[in-house]
Amino acid sequence: HLTTSLPLPSERDHLRPRIDMIVFMIDIKSKYSLKNVEASLAHVDASFFLGKVCFLVTGVGRVNYCSVEMNAISKLGEVYCSPVLFCELELEGIRVATAQRLLRMLQICAGHIPGVSALSFGTLMRSSADN
Amino acid sequence: MDETVAEYIRRTVLKIPRDEIKPMLQKWGFLSEAQIETVNFRQMKENISQDVVQLCEENSADIKQAAVLDIIYNNIYPNKRIWSVYQMNKTGEETEFFDLTDFKKKFKRRLRSALKNVTINFREYEDNAIWIRIAWGTPYKNPNQYKTSYVVYHSQTPYVFISASVLRSNLPLLCQALVVASNYRDIHEMELRSHSLNSLKDIVFKRYSQNFQTYCPRPLPERNVAPETVDSRIIQENRNEKERIQRLNRQVFGDGPQPKIEFAQYKLETMFKSDPEMDVLDKKEPFRCLVKFSSPHLLESLKSLAPAGMADAPLSPLLTCIPQKARNYFKIREKKGLLPGSFVSP
Repeated sequence: HLTTSLPLPSERDHLRPRIDMIVFMIDIKSKYSLKNVEASLAHVDASFFLGKVCFLVTGVGRVNYCSVEMNAISKLGEVYCSPVLFCELELEGIRVATAQRLLRMLQICAGHIPGVSALSFGTLMRSSADN
Repeated sequence: MDETVAEYIRRTVLKIPRDEIKPMLQKWGFLSEAQIETVNFRQMKENISQDVVQLCEENSADIKQAAVLDIIYNNIYPNKRIWSVYQMNKTGEETEFFDLTDFKKKFKRRLRSALKNVTINFREYEDNAIWIRIAWGTPYKNPNQYKTSYVVYHSQTPYVFISASVLRSNLPLLCQALVVASNYRDIHEMELRSHSLNSLKDIVFKRYSQNFQTYCPRPLPERNVAPETVDSRIIQENRNEKERIQRLNRQVFGDGPQPKIEFAQYKLETMFKSDPEMDVLDKKEPFRCLVKFSSPHLLESLKSLAPAGMADAPLSPLLTCIPQKARNYFKIREKKGLLPGSFVSP
């Protein structure tokens, strides 16, 4: 399900399945994108932040056009205890690899991988990022 | 052949992109086809231009012919200059029959009576456009061929497109000559400027696709739906909003390509509105401020703002009125009366 901001439009509530994971996409070229994500985060139930939220920063290939500071993004990841992934959508290889990563995370969040829970996976990702 | 003429021709040829030199020389018609064939257009442009000058030497080119080449170049590449639009007003009589010879005679006479040292050239094009090239001099100096003004006049319309050069002091004289030659009463400058001459013509001749306000209770059926292989498993949560924005956009901008302008400038002479506690500008003077929007293609980027999620739809009418009002330079003053500041948009 794609949306431009949260909360989701209520007219479709009855059509929506259970939400297993939320990926917030931040375009590094747009400060507005970051602001939008920050505003939307306020509408997310706290339980999602136990491993079911992830930040995806796009547009990192074009260094000249960075509008959003890295500090702000890493702070966001820390504050909301969620992993931050970086990718460049314009390159097919990276796009596909990122999609596969997200898919894997989704499988865990949805409980399809026995023995690994969203929370444990989230802890795993965080501790490896700190190193 | 005069040295200055030779140098001028050489520099003009150098401006032309290599693949276009031969067609342009043919269009010029000053050199014979046989002569043109002797030039090797695959060599470096420096050498091509030397060869062309040599041929012009053989034909004894003078400044008039060189000027024609310059007009042809500027007619094909008008976007290298900035054009302003002027509108002329008649005395209210019926439209007289336009006599080209009479126009040219009167124009030249008027200009030359005020300034002896000018080079004036005319060239007519199929779309009823008359191109005038003027090289300005002073009472003591010959015309400077590199400081030229261009005028494009469509004789069936009251509009004149002028690309003045650095010497703006000659503008009143130029305007006067135009008015006299075309039998109009006066001329005024519109607040409309751009690099793209064709877009300016589109705007004043109303040739762009305009939005027609039609009452449409249901959303229009989507045309131009990109037949991508959109996976049916992808669900757009905000589809209604997206469609609303597209609908509004289409209503405002129409379907076709927008005229190309590069700037929109808003000069604000309005009162600063702040929290009374902040007590800024206690003198209560108008807060002078200039807002300038610039873009390689301003109207297209405005059109894509709302769909890209960067602005709310509908956009401010101050931005969307540009083609209809045929202006991209605005002065915004405080609206006096019932609604103070309602003339200013956020």
